[in-house]
Amino acid sequence: MTRFWTRLVVVLTVVLGLNYVAWRWAASLNWEAWWIAVPLVVAETYSLIDVMLFGMTVWNLKIRKGAPEPPHDATVDVFITTYNEDLDMVMTTALAAQKIRHPHSTWILDDGDRLGLKALAEEHGLGYVTRSEDWTATVPRHAKAGNLNNALMVTHGEFLLILDADQIPEPDILDKTLGYFNNRRVALVQTPQYFSNVPPHDPLGSQAPLFYGPIQQGKDGWNAAFFCGANAILRREALMQLGLMGYVKETEKSIRRALAASRSAISKARKSADVDTPLVAGVLAEVEAATRKAQQQLEAREPLGEITYRVRRRVDAAVQKLVQADVSALHADLEEIAAMELAHVGDAGVPVVADDAVQRMSARDWSPLGALESVQAVLDALSVERNDEAQPVMPLATISVTEDMATAMRMHAMGWESVYHHEILAYGLAPEDLKTMLTQRLRWAQGTIQVLLRENPLVQKGLKIGQRLMYFATMWTYLSGYAAIIYFAAPIIYLLLGILPVTSLSWDFFARFIPFMVANQLLFAVAGRGIPTWRGQQYSLALFPTWIKACSTAARNVWFGRPLGFAVTPKARQSGGPSWSLIRPQIVVCALLAIAAVVGMIRLATGLAEPLGTLVNVGWVIFDLVVMSILVRAVLYKGYEPAADPAVR
Amino acid sequence: MEFSYEVRDSYAEVKADGRLNMVSAPKLREFVTDVIAGGSNRIVVNLENTAFMDSSGLGALIGCLKAARQAGGDLRIAAVQPQVKMVLELTSMDRVLTSYASAEEAFSND
Repeated sequence: MTRFWTRLVVVLTVVLGLNYVAWRWAASLNWEAWWIAVPLVVAETYSLIDVMLFGMTVWNLKIRKGAPEPPHDATVDVFITTYNEDLDMVMTTALAAQKIRHPHSTWILDDGDRLGLKALAEEHGLGYVTRSEDWTATVPRHAKAGNLNNALMVTHGEFLLILDADQIPEPDILDKTLGYFNNRRVALVQTPQYFSNVPPHDPLGSQAPLFYGPIQQGKDGWNAAFFCGANAILRREALMQLGLMGYVKETEKSIRRALAASRSAISKARKSADVDTPLVAGVLAEVEAATRKAQQQLEAREPLGEITYRVRRRVDAAVQKLVQADVSALHADLEEIAAMELAHVGDAGVPVVADDAVQRMSARDWSPLGALESVQAVLDALSVERNDEAQPVMPLATISVTEDMATAMRMHAMGWESVYHHEILAYGLAPEDLKTMLTQRLRWAQGTIQVLLRENPLVQKGLKIGQRLMYFATMWTYLSGYAAIIYFAAPIIYLLLGILPVTSLSWDFFARFIPFMVANQLLFAVAGRGIPTWRGQQYSLALFPTWIKACSTAARNVWFGRPLGFAVTPKARQSGGPSWSLIRPQIVVCALLAIAAVVGMIRLATGLAEPLGTLVNVGWVIFDLVVMSILVRAVLYKGYEPAADPAVR
Repeated sequence: MEFSYEVRDSYAEVKADGRLNMVSAPKLREFVTDVIAGGSNRIVVNLENTAFMDSSGLGALIGCLKAARQAGGDLRIAAVQPQVKMVLELTSMDRVLTSYASAEEAFSND
């Protein structure tokens, strides 16, 4: 029944929205002020698409009745990931994890490599994992994804429950979720993230009831509920499959790149001074022939293992010949010296070059090819060992700082299914100050945009159209920062300058705009079923500088390889007084809005502006200021005090 | 799962009999690492009696391949059974590893 009403309101909203935005494009643009008219209608179109994607999400709302009985012999590893969190916090979570009822092994994945934590883990009989020796200083660490990938290699449970260091699980978390895996296509069960240190008025907008509710339930209906990093259970087989496919893909890509670079590398080496001797020239000719052959074999789709092995054998043989010649020359020289008795050669007579010297000196690390760096780099990349990573197989995606979403999308593309189980089974800690909260939101947004730019869901093979749009919907919402700026600018421009982006504020406008707005709010109310969504709406507008920063830094990172400036979200409250500087852009915008409102009133009083336009735009300004007012409470928020809870409302 | 090995003329043959899954995969990696440490860097993993393999098993094979290559040799697989062949194709691992009909054939071309 709920579904019927939800769908009815979705249809209503979409029809009214299209009616309004189509009219805006077709008949309302004030071309004399195109520089604000066009951006505004683009922003409105953006918002309409956002609402339509939300409508599509809740269209298929899936309310699950709970999982069937889990298989009793299912083996589970519980992973608690930690980096620098308080040891007490980690141990509280770990001991709660140990008490989970279904048989399992509990592991602390300590990326901080702390001896104290190791001792505590041993004392309580918990598994303790740190990075293996393969994670040298020369390979990327991949933060949490790397931590999990490392642990996957030393554990062997069929399923993995992933918890952050602060997420205290219920003892029945596995009993309630493992049964979903009876369906052998299910690779992921995600449960909500819920925070126990958040007062009811949630000043930092930490709880995400709309996301861990209708949105994930709606995505679930499209088989697109996605992994959110923690409080989730994953099937090892699915992860390993991802890792293998990623390995093959990356290996082939790197071989192709190396072969493409080989020609210029070889000609560069030929130009360098060392290549005077015919022997070195011979080796280079051999390398060239080998890579050309490899290219042909690659086009013929011969296995990469063979291709790379043959290149290596051929080049090794050539290098050995080169070294042999040098050694022979050396030997001859030594004999000559001995014959001339210019040197005392001792009892052993003529010094002999050891038998394995040729072999040793031809080996990769001592090879004379090492001098020809460009050629050596090509040869190194022509391998199946994936030496640029700590381990060849990386099950969790490492293309984004939010490895979770990227991993889930790849799983879906492979045909695996996911489940969203709508029941709080773990209790975490939310940031308690604005600065930490902003860091966290920035990180999520950056990660999401990275995935959009690196593996755009709209063009990923294997995803169904519904899945593509579900992933895209989440990414689309993070572009809202740009729309927000236009929404702030439009009333300011009208109130200060009297320039209206629409041709007139007539009956035509209100008859289309108001029904759409009403339907829009109705949709959130019906889909949310009484969930408080206002805080979320406030923050999606108020954090516009964060969203813009996320988009620009992620784009620079993906396209130009610049660092993100990424930091691990601290779990502990940052010290210091209220930090107004964190919201400077918002303060400036609010001041401009307020000034514009005052100027607008004066213009109205002096007859420079018309009443209707002023009324609408002042109303708009007041709405913006009410939305942004949450930031004042956020800056002044002093952290969670359980005792004060009932009093604060 | 049972592992054994025999040193032949130009290679060492490792047999992995039984089910190569997430439990036995780390053991295969250890076993092959030991064989390589013992001085054989040309390894053939004979899979004729490996009835089942999962992605973790394949992951272990990649680990062994890396170890053999780093030791200057190679790792090859032989006599794959239908289920293993399916897993190789499903994960596109057949793009990397050639399956030889028998252990003798694996290194016959070099």
